[in-house]
Amino acid sequence: MSQEIKVSVKNLFKVFGPHPKKAMGLLEQGLDKEAIFEKIETTIGVQNASFEIYTGEIFVIMGLSGSGKSTMVRMINRLIEPTAGQVFIDGEDIVSMSNDELVKMRRKKMSMVFQSFALMPHMTVLQNAAFGLEMDGIDKLTREARALQALEQVGLEAWAGSMPNELSGGMQQRVGLARGLAVDPDILLMDEAFSALDPLIRTEMQDELLKLQAKAKRTIVFISHDLDEAMRIGDRIAIMEGGKVVQVGTPEEILQNPADDYVRAFFRGVDPTNILTAGDIATDTQVTIIITDGKNPRAALQRLIKNDRDYAYVIDSNRIFKGIVSTDSLRDLIDSPDQPQLIANAYLDDVVPAHANDSMQDILPEVASHSWPLPVLKDDKEYVGVVSKNLFLRTLHRSEQEDSTAATA
Amino acid sequence: MRIFNFDEQLIPLDEWVQTAVDWTVLNYRDFFQVIKVPVELSLEALEWFFATLPPFVVIMLFALAAWRYTGKRVTVFTVLSFLLVGYLGLWDDTMTTLSMVICSVLFCAIAGIPLGIMAGRSDRFEMFLRPFLDAMQTTPAFVYLIPVVMLFSIGTVSGILATIVFALPPIIRLTSLGIRQVHPELVEAALAFGATPWQVLRKVQFPLAMPSVMAGLNQTIMMALSMVVIAALIGAGGLGNPVVQGLNTLEIGLATIGGLSIVLLAMVLDRITQGISQK
Repeated sequence: MSQEIKVSVKNLFKVFGPHPKKAMGLLEQGLDKEAIFEKIETTIGVQNASFEIYTGEIFVIMGLSGSGKSTMVRMINRLIEPTAGQVFIDGEDIVSMSNDELVKMRRKKMSMVFQSFALMPHMTVLQNAAFGLEMDGIDKLTREARALQALEQVGLEAWAGSMPNELSGGMQQRVGLARGLAVDPDILLMDEAFSALDPLIRTEMQDELLKLQAKAKRTIVFISHDLDEAMRIGDRIAIMEGGKVVQVGTPEEILQNPADDYVRAFFRGVDPTNILTAGDIATDTQVTIIITDGKNPRAALQRLIKNDRDYAYVIDSNRIFKGIVSTDSLRDLIDSPDQPQLIANAYLDDVVPAHANDSMQDILPEVASHSWPLPVLKDDKEYVGVVSKNLFLRTLHRSEQEDSTAATA
Repeated sequence: MRIFNFDEQLIPLDEWVQTAVDWTVLNYRDFFQVIKVPVELSLEALEWFFATLPPFVVIMLFALAAWRYTGKRVTVFTVLSFLLVGYLGLWDDTMTTLSMVICSVLFCAIAGIPLGIMAGRSDRFEMFLRPFLDAMQTTPAFVYLIPVVMLFSIGTVSGILATIVFALPPIIRLTSLGIRQVHPELVEAALAFGATPWQVLRKVQFPLAMPSVMAGLNQTIMMALSMVVIAALIGAGGLGNPVVQGLNTLEIGLATIGGLSIVLLAMVLDRITQGISQK
């Protein structure tokens, strides 16, 4: 993924209530959220948030209710006016934009999907999907054609003439998604977009979103209070607590190195085998044999014996995985001189390598059913390393230990 | 205690008002006569329209509206009511009253809907407006009838102006309520998609406030009808006349058929406008 910065949030604050200036002063003096509320009945919504969102990623902002995540996302399109700080979109500070510039930016660059769907009850599904384009002054024919395309993307073109209240919740949110997609935005803000849906539909919508994202990369800012959802769809996650951003990172990074007890508590009860992938835990400590014309089975056997290993992983000069040989298979080959003495003839059968993106859960059967450590490959069959039974169990054990320390903390 | 000495009048507000009204009448009567003109012209056009149309056509128009927006029962009721009013010999008065009601409701809508929208979008404006609306609805009509006559002279137009004062508040209040009842997330969604404040109003708030606006219009029509008799006291024509005349000469029968016709007209207009607002 390119690391081009799309949205950059710098020292952003939002204070709700009667005395925002006073509250900012108290914050500088080092008072915390609760103390300030007790003193002047003013709520700190977001406190000194800074992070960057890269082009084309799904960035999940996660936190419990009241953590300031909804306020945060509304400051990205300035539905809520920040008290202090800056939000840069493609390098432009939207906090200092005039109203006209802001309207233009909302029309051209971003759209939003809401938890409550927020469809216009007096408009048809098609008119709803075309809403953003209508605001932009695009003529009826063009906008309805584009809205219909967006509805096709979410599979609702047959419902174009219906009213929103004739649709189920899941379908209504598809219309909400189509409305967001129709304007072809760079940035899609999704505020708990799937939280109001029942779990089955929610998973379906997440898959739908990932499918759409695979077709056309957009920068998606996704607000969620649901860790499973964040893990499932997020390229990176920002965790918010009490208005502060406590940690930003990939799901694996956060799971393996939680910044504090709050984050750790969040992840307690998360099954690590769902989140850690084969690529995350694979190690490259096994004997590898680079296959060349000169290498014969005898030399390979020698290396294995010298390293005191039973299996060797055969790769070519580009690290492309070829197969696994064992001391036994090499010996068998050497003992039958009528066979051509090529390493390729000593490859073990039924080796099914794992993909680096497979979860630990996916690879468990393969790891468990063979005596050799499971090879892990990237997309182009490039060799990453192996996952042995030992390593697999050690990883499980470590996350359990973390859980129990978090529980006692 | 001097403060609680209520035996003599300390604040001669009555005299001040008297002086103010006298002074306004003396200096600005011409100005108020000009204000009358648009009302006068609209009323004349409406009266001409209903007087020229044959009764059969008028009944058909109302029956059609009732048929389109309500059901069979209201349609039958509408036709029977108009026939009865005609057989009672009050057709012309009914048409005059109808013109007056439509004329005053028209001006109430022209002034009231924009004021209601402004009140719906601004708490401060609503706060400012509220005491005036309270005063307009509760001040007994007889109190402002005299200054109205002094400024606008007697006649049907003065009757309409007094009616507008009384019938304006509901449409303002209900328009404001309708705007306020639009879900904030819909407004937020519109803004998120780059709507200007004007677009928010035109595409989201006003269409969604429409049922409430129509309910306000319905209330305004009802209140306009209830002013018919009072307007007759200052020389307005229409169905108020037989009632006032009946009261003056103790002809109970005459007052009754006038009153009955007003009620029937009110019911017909109420059912039809309610039907429209529910569509």
